Amino acid sequence: MALLLIVLLPFIGSLCAAFLPTNARNAEAWLAGIVALTVTLLTAAQYPQLVAEGVLRLTIPWSATLGIDFQLRMDGFAWLFAMLIALIGTLVVIYARYYMSPADPVPRFFSFFLAFMGTMMGVVLSGNLLQMAMFWELTSLASFMLIAYWHHRSDARTGARMALTVTGAGGLAMLGGVLLIGHIVGSYDLDAVLAAAETIKAHAWYPAIVGLIAVGALSKSAQFPFHFWLPHAMAAPTPVSAYLHSATMVKAGVFLLARLWPVLAGSDLWFWLIGGAGLCTLLIGGYLALFQSDLKGVLAYSTISHLGLITLLLGMNSELALVAAVFHMVNHATFKASLFMAAGIVDHETGTRDINRLSGLYRAMPITATLAMVAAAAMAGVPLLNGFLSKEMFFAETVFLERPDWQRLLLPVAATLAGMLSVAYSLRFVHRVFFGAPAGDLPHQPHEPTRWMLLPSALLVAVCLLVGILPAQTVGPYLRTATDALLGANAPLYSLAVWHGLNLPLYMSLVALFGGIMLYLPCIGRRSERIPLLERIDGKNAFNGLLTVVNDYSARAVGWLTSPRLQAQMLMIVLVVIGGALLPFVDGPLRLGERLPAEIDPAFALLWAVGATCAVAAAWQAKLHRLAALILAGGAGLATSLTFVWFSAPDLALTQLAVEVVTAVLILLGLRWLPRRDKRFSAGKPESARSRLRRLRDLIIASAGGAGIAALTYAILTRPPVDGIAPFFVEQSLPQGGGLNVVNVILVDFRGFDTFGEITVVAIVALTVFALLRRFRPAPESVALPAQQLEQDHPESRPDPEAALPAGYLMLPAVLVRLLLPMAMLVSLFFLLRGHNAPGGGFVGGLVFATAIILQYIVGGTLWVESRLRIHPLYWIAVGLLCAAAAGIVAGLAGEPFLASQAWHASLPLLGEIHLSTVLLFDLGVYLLVVGATVLMLVAIAHQSLRSQPRKTSTEGGH
Amino acid sequence: MEAIFALAVGIMAGAGIYLILRPRTFQVIIGLSLLAYAVNLFIFAMGRLRHGAPPVIDPRLGSDPALYTDPLPQALVLTAIVIGFATTALFLVVLLASRGLNGTDHVDGREPEDE
Repeated sequence: MALLLIVLLPFIGSLCAAFLPTNARNAEAWLAGIVALTVTLLTAAQYPQLVAEGVLRLTIPWSATLGIDFQLRMDGFAWLFAMLIALIGTLVVIYARYYMSPADPVPRFFSFFLAFMGTMMGVVLSGNLLQMAMFWELTSLASFMLIAYWHHRSDARTGARMALTVTGAGGLAMLGGVLLIGHIVGSYDLDAVLAAAETIKAHAWYPAIVGLIAVGALSKSAQFPFHFWLPHAMAAPTPVSAYLHSATMVKAGVFLLARLWPVLAGSDLWFWLIGGAGLCTLLIGGYLALFQSDLKGVLAYSTISHLGLITLLLGMNSELALVAAVFHMVNHATFKASLFMAAGIVDHETGTRDINRLSGLYRAMPITATLAMVAAAAMAGVPLLNGFLSKEMFFAETVFLERPDWQRLLLPVAATLAGMLSVAYSLRFVHRVFFGAPAGDLPHQPHEPTRWMLLPSALLVAVCLLVGILPAQTVGPYLRTATDALLGANAPLYSLAVWHGLNLPLYMSLVALFGGIMLYLPCIGRRSERIPLLERIDGKNAFNGLLTVVNDYSARAVGWLTSPRLQAQMLMIVLVVIGGALLPFVDGPLRLGERLPAEIDPAFALLWAVGATCAVAAAWQAKLHRLAALILAGGAGLATSLTFVWFSAPDLALTQLAVEVVTAVLILLGLRWLPRRDKRFSAGKPESARSRLRRLRDLIIASAGGAGIAALTYAILTRPPVDGIAPFFVEQSLPQGGGLNVVNVILVDFRGFDTFGEITVVAIVALTVFALLRRFRPAPESVALPAQQLEQDHPESRPDPEAALPAGYLMLPAVLVRLLLPMAMLVSLFFLLRGHNAPGGGFVGGLVFATAIILQYIVGGTLWVESRLRIHPLYWIAVGLLCAAAAGIVAGLAGEPFLASQAWHASLPLLGEIHLSTVLLFDLGVYLLVVGATVLMLVAIAHQSLRSQPRKTSTEGGH
Repeated sequence: MEAIFALAVGIMAGAGIYLILRPRTFQVIIGLSLLAYAVNLFIFAMGRLRHGAPPVIDPRLGSDPALYTDPLPQALVLTAIVIGFATTALFLVVLLASRGLNGTDHVDGREPEDE
């Protein structure tokens, strides 16, 4: 439970923080501080239990069939990291309270800050690799939002985008690696993966896994060649840089490498890939740090360099090096966070971070200067500070590396060189900023900041000192738990002591110290921003160049693969479908089954002779004779409907018939707004050869598609039926669904939720149609009354809303149609009520009723109908949806799953036995909704004629 | 019977495919209707064709699945018919709006240059 709280609390805090007012600086800081502190205490409180049990676990089942649960897992290593995240988070919150200006929108800052803390906790405490990958990407997102915090600055936006692109892409690569691991192991559970180390190492995919995981980890930890994003991320507010971009997030990469070290390390590939990247980064980062003019730039490159050191240690395939790496992760987090805070203080109090402008600040801010000096000394590896210890371990590892000779020689030299660089840039940082003549042209008069701003930095420096002087008594046990958790029984013996006697690593340290000072001497007076040797190599330019090229090619690919023309798109779709349908026949031809075909019934043959002719004729006429095409298509639909009757599907036949009618009316209403026939047709001009060719091509494709579907249909029909899930429905329809009409029972009961979704879609479509038509503007040539209507437009036949019956030839139909309305209503209700046990149901009933209403409109005219009968289709839709939902909720109240059917039997005095079921309520909902939706659509289209007509009489009301 | 049924599905599908490749919106809407008939019949055919089998359970006969038609494809097709109606209505209104807005009934919203 505590584990869950550790991960969840920051997210809850983040949500709360987002809703506080913009100027609530103190409330925000209190909230964030309390959350961070609580998380710290909670984490710390886990330690005794952790030592006793080894690993703490919490599993919340999620998707058992996929083998994915929400798993939290805390071992010593995860604990150490969680503690780091929580503790430094708490300190940075205090610092940020004083760093952020009152003008900054702090809710956004603290909200994302806490969210980041939660995601980072998620990364280190995940017991499942997929879950870790998800949190991993979330840290990238949180980092993106925090780098772009001052989004009015273009460097912030660019830096944020670059960081997100690099780390996000790396995260995808890592996900690929995780998936491969999961495939080999058969589980994403971290324990299972750690137990399967030998299997993974022996597997043929091992190189791919190492490569992908390495890309993810190296990009996250800003390792060469992905290191360039980190300096640009320095556009973030300094608390963010201190927390995310030095202490925690960039450590996620090395965290992952260490986490999977027992599984992946030990090979030559690992050594060259991880170790090589680490060594390059160590040297390049250190070298570049020496020439930065921005304080945060120096720190960024030194962070890169130190992360390179950790990566190199991890790549050395030695248990002791792993211990040193873990140790250095902790040490680096403490001294670098404190240095960032110092840089932020300098920036805050002087208004600049430019090393060339700053000078002699020691006199104005002695406490800040002292703290920064101690932290910088730790970074340089000066004895009696924590940086010295891990650096000493690193030197020792390079000396005792078990590799061929030249590598054994090269590595200590490179390590010493890196140590010299580290000393040089630390010295430069301190000397330039705090010593020399006091600077005169600073934006603000420098002075010591408030005590609260110094406190976090001071605490961190105190830790540096304590660990540096008494390592075994302070960090020793925790480091031991962490490395034991990683290495288990293989954990090596090591001693954390300041003094190991006069040995080679100590000499290397001394050489680095003095060499570093010598290296700095020529740089003392240097003001140039040029970087010798590496000036040309700029990761940012390469990145932007790559991005441009990728964009270019994507645009070209899009242009090549797609077309803005609908016909071309349709052609592609049809061809791809035909091609896809042909794929199974690569192996062999289409096989027919043994089922004997039934004897041909001449009536059925005749039916389809007509039906097929209708379909082909509709295709032929659709361009120039729309009405004919519509009638012909209706003919094909009727044939379809009759086919359903023939093969014992009365429900389908009924529905098809009703839909056929409504669709025909709908399209008829739309015909008026379509343009007149093709002008060339009336002018008798011949078609161009090109369009004739195109038609021929389409004809061939259509024939191929049709023949293919016919062949498939025939093949299936000759095969024996498959034992699918259908028998279940037939058998359970009566016992479970209480209905005899299985199709209806499936729709309203077994698959009621699908139907609920479906009627919702119908409702949405009806509303969309309504909304689209409210803004409908017809083409000018369609506005005038059609010729047919003009012919009849003499006073007698003009619709008169006052008259009881229309005059003229419509009188008789009007009488009949009015009689029809109550009858149709009765029939539709009959269909609705019998639906559960006999053909019928809500859909058919609704359509029948809607058709009756439309008939009133057609014969009586819109004005006449609406002056007498107000139908509110929107209410029908709403009530229908509510009924259907109520049927579902009733089941919920009875403790059953949503939409499970409930029935009551009761006897009433007069009516006798009553059987009531929620299924009927559900079907009633369907009925109401279908009536409402259909009428809404039809009436909306019908009203367009009224709207666009010039208003002749005052009685006409617009829609 | 099966051959006629298969031919019917094929012809309607062919006519539908031809029409959805045409340039005028009305052709496409009719084509979609025809294609929908074909597809619905095709799905229906998955339950195999049975003439004269009762579609509704007769309590006297019991509920042996072999006695009845396959209800599953029917339920699917019923849904498909209703949704097909909804999409036809939506498409009709979109094509009307496009015609009103662009002054043409070409599917791309403008007359092609090359014809």
